[in-house]
This record gives sequence, C-alpha cells and structure tokens, in this order.
Amino acid sequence: MSTPADAAALTARYYDLDEHDHPEGGSTMLGFWIYLMSDCLIFAMLFAAFGVLGGNYAAGPGPKDLFDLPLVALNTSMLLLSSITYGFAMLAMQRGQARATQGWLIVTGLFGAAFLGIELYEFAHLIHEGATPQRSAFLSAFFTLVGTHGLHVTFGLVWLGVLLVQIGQRGLIAANRRRLMCLSLFWHFLDVVWIGVFTFVYLMGMLR
Amino acid sequence: MSAVHNEPDHADHAHAEGEAHGSMRDYVIGFVLSVVLTAIPFWLVMSGALADRTLTGLVVSGFAAVQIVVHMVFFLHMNARAEGGWNLLALLFTVVIVVIVLTGSLWVMYHLNANMMPHSAEMAGRAMADMP
Repeated sequence: MSTPADAAALTARYYDLDEHDHPEGGSTMLGFWIYLMSDCLIFAMLFAAFGVLGGNYAAGPGPKDLFDLPLVALNTSMLLLSSITYGFAMLAMQRGQARATQGWLIVTGLFGAAFLGIELYEFAHLIHEGATPQRSAFLSAFFTLVGTHGLHVTFGLVWLGVLLVQIGQRGLIAANRRRLMCLSLFWHFLDVVWIGVFTFVYLMGMLR
Repeated sequence: MSAVHNEPDHADHAHAEGEAHGSMRDYVIGFVLSVVLTAIPFWLVMSGALADRTLTGLVVSGFAAVQIVVHMVFFLHMNARAEGGWNLLALLFTVVIVVIVLTGSLWVMYHLNANMMPHSAEMAGRAMADMP
C-alpha cells in the first residue's frame, strides 16, 4: 500500500536538512547579558564587603566627616542624564541616522566624562585630607566599591570612543548596531549599580 | 513605535528576533521617574525631614529598589519576551544569588561582631560563661 515516498516521510529524522542561517552575532545579546549578570555578582561582593566593613573607621574619619551630598547629587544627575542621552542615541540608531547617533553618543560621553571628573575630584579631595584607602577598613571598602564602578565607566567611555570611530568608518551596519546595543546595556547597567552606590554608601552613610 | 525598520536583514531570519527596542516614550517616562525617585531620597537625608534615622534608611532603600525596577523596565527594556525569556531567567537567578550573598554576609558578620568582640568586662565574662 505505502509507497517508498511515504515510508521516507514516516521515518523519523534526527537531523535538520533545511539550511537556516545562524546570523553572525545572533546570540551576542544574551551572552552579553549573562556577562552583565556576572558583573552584577562582582558588585554584590563589593557591596557585601562594604556592608560588613562600612562601620569600621579605625578611629579615623567617617562618612559624615567626608561625604559632600550636593556633590554626590550632581554626580548622580550627570550619570542619569548620560543614560537618557544614550537612549536618544539608540532611538537615532533605530531611525538609521548615523550622524544623530554619533552626536548623542558624544553628548553621552561628555556627561560620562563629567561624572568621572567629579568622582576623581572627590577622591583627590579625600586623599588630600588623609582619608586614603589605607586609613581604615571603611575607606578600603569605599574606594574599592566606588573605584570599581568608576573603572567600569572609564572602560565604557573607551568603548564609546571606539564605537564613534567605527560608526564614522562603516556607518550603522548590523555589527555596529549590535555593538551599540551591547554598550547600551552596559551603560544603563552602570547607572543601576550607581543607584545602589549613592543609596547604600552615601545616603545611608550619612544616616549612620 | 513609529520607527520604521528598513534594514533588509531584520525579517528574514528567526534567530535575531525578540530584541527589545525602546521608544521615546519609554525613555522619557523612565527619566522623569528616575529624577523623582533620586531627588526624594536625597532631600529626605539632606533635610532630615524624618526624625527617625532607621525609618529614613528604610524609606531610602525602598526608593532605591523601585528605581532599580524602573531602570530595568524603561532603560534596559527587561521583559519576559526578550531573548525568549532567557534574559529574565538569568536576571532572576542573579537576584537570588545577590540576595544570598548580601544577607548571608551581613547576617554572619553581624553575629561574629556581636559574639566575638566583647566591649566590656561584663560582656566578656558573659561570653566566657556561654562557652560550652
């Protein structure tokens, strides 16, 4: 009754004959997200260390002697502004406007650089007052946590500069769009970490 | 969303689907909420509006938690559909680990401090008496 063609159709096949493409970078976004989650764990460790050691001043200066909340508020607003300008860069990218994307990226980079500048000014001020990382466990934990975040912002700025050049050379090709989306995740993630920093290090420090 | 996707490689294949795109509305709502959720805790601490420090600390932590969710939704475009749900699953797993790390560290180290560092001779004596 059954023809050979039917039999072939009924035979179970455990391999895939039709060629469907796995485009380059098809799993990059998920992979980058998993990297960010591992980065999140690094920050969780540093927050835990600060939570444990944050009260050990070794008879040295405490948060109330050191922190300048208006400066921290200015710093926070710089990072928040850079987040929304990066969002505008992504919207320009979705519209396919390379020039506008580059413009918003430059604005984002300037806000990021302002954030870093203010943070370095704060660090220099602390060290000048003798509040160095060696002074107490509180200051060691503080400089490690806030410094690691600042280092991430620094590398984000380097990445942003490289992307500016790449968009200038190739335009908004698929690879550059993917890179922009990865940096978008990275940049917004750093803003999320900063929420934890200004809340648990600076604001809660003033309440101790 | 008003943006038109005119790149040719967007619709052909199934593997790059599910990328989350933001819209102008998302970014503006997220930004306004973030500004409000940042300004209130700073104002609370700087003005000392709430007399009780513990209460202020709890309120400030609550604002931080809400703002983190706002950033996740409006800036990172987190939802259950992105990457077929794997993004959210990875995030939930990470949150579980972070909670264990933070509460575990603080809990253990708080008890170590309380039990191992007697501040007075009386406490030292009691600590000795408690030892098996």
